[in-house]
Amino acid sequence: MNQLKEAAIETDVVIVGAGPAGLFSVFELGLLDIKAHVIDILPRAGGQCSELYPEKPIYDIPGLPVCTGQELTDNLLKQIEPFHPTFHFNEMVETLVSLGTAEKPEFRLSTDAGKIFHAKVVFIAAGGGSFQPKKPPIPKIESYEGKSVFYAVRRMEDFRNKNVVIVGGGDSALDWTLNLQPVAKRITLVHRRDQFRAAPHSVSAMQELMAAGKIDFRLGQITAVEGEDGELAGAILKGNDGVEEKLACERLMPFFGLTMKLGPVADWGLQLNENLIPVDTEKFETSHPGIFAVGDINSYPGKLKLILSGFHEVALAAQKAHRYVYPDKKLLFQYTTSSTNLQKKLGVS
Amino acid sequence: MHEEETGVMAKMSFEDAATRYGAEPGGGAPTKVKITFVDSQGQARSVEGEVGSTVMETARRNDIPEIAAECGGACACATCHVYVDEKWAEKTGKASQMEEDMLDFAFDVKPNSRLCCQITVRPELDGLVLTTPAQQG
Repeated sequence: MNQLKEAAIETDVVIVGAGPAGLFSVFELGLLDIKAHVIDILPRAGGQCSELYPEKPIYDIPGLPVCTGQELTDNLLKQIEPFHPTFHFNEMVETLVSLGTAEKPEFRLSTDAGKIFHAKVVFIAAGGGSFQPKKPPIPKIESYEGKSVFYAVRRMEDFRNKNVVIVGGGDSALDWTLNLQPVAKRITLVHRRDQFRAAPHSVSAMQELMAAGKIDFRLGQITAVEGEDGELAGAILKGNDGVEEKLACERLMPFFGLTMKLGPVADWGLQLNENLIPVDTEKFETSHPGIFAVGDINSYPGKLKLILSGFHEVALAAQKAHRYVYPDKKLLFQYTTSSTNLQKKLGVS
Repeated sequence: MHEEETGVMAKMSFEDAATRYGAEPGGGAPTKVKITFVDSQGQARSVEGEVGSTVMETARRNDIPEIAAECGGACACATCHVYVDEKWAEKTGKASQMEEDMLDFAFDVKPNSRLCCQITVRPELDGLVLTTPAQQG
């Protein structure tokens, strides 16, 4: 971390976000020989398409009468294969610092996983922002976060010999109940109902542990926490019968899914307008030369948050990006149907 | 986002057409019903909901606060959580399995909790009263 320059990944472009706009950016930039690294906080590509509506049909992609969010994602991934983008999943870009000039931009980006990137241009395709864990409305919960309240497990050792309360009924809640059970002192699973939407084998494994007396299960919701200096001492469980009870615990893990927050983008010194990034409609460039914003996260007169608009935007932004990455090369406009040069890049000639 | 925006567009053009060709007052079932949203501070806002649209869409079109509807009506985010007034619980009906699963992601879920993207506005819901929670996302 101290030797930033040495550790940095050098690339032409960093694309922030692997949703449809980010993925198609790889394609349009790739046709212009611009190499991409793509960073996304989610564990997979697709953004909202795969996170919010993987099975829902989309009817307004030109040339595709109907496809699901997952099918669109899979097809985009196939389409960009020839350009070999490097993906960095489960990572969030935290800082974006300008090192260059308006004529010759250069940027340094760092992620929450400690990776450093040097890029000539940046495409922000971050949609509605980053998907982050939903935080339950428990008073003062933020003062415990990262110390004794966790929304993800980074190190199992944090839970060794601790009394752990896990809240939720989905895969995350059950997976961590099963994985932490051998490590923790005692696990109490709290859920608002006795049905679980997690994978059936996880549910039966959890029920076996419960039947064997190895974990506790309580119906209800956590309404308050107690403790000092970020260290939990207990959580208040409000049962479905309205009766409150204190559960002694040193760790709490609430699993309420994900929500979209603008996140660190707000701190990158870009002009913002109601949590959107204003761009021009010729190059889709932000207030900072070399930083482009495409897809749902940008704003301009007449903007429609449609996937097809994002596709159009990245094609135009790529043209300007080429001028930054290859200042001495003249860009010749070509069609994939007839250009042997482009077909070679696509691996089809 | 994507689905919500197109949905709203379609709804607007439908409304224009209905106005242009004149829905006869008193002829047949009502096309608009009154829906009241009471926010977590107790302030009530009554708006017109169009039969056939969802309660979530009605809320968004009328800028009702405390309805986030992040996913745009795909029953995929639990940020349009409402409490149905007791008197209306029977008429709005029960949550489907998918909706119950998604309610696991909502906060302070009660027996009268629903996701309002899953409630379709119908003539018999005229007068519906809903309360919104303090925190959605």
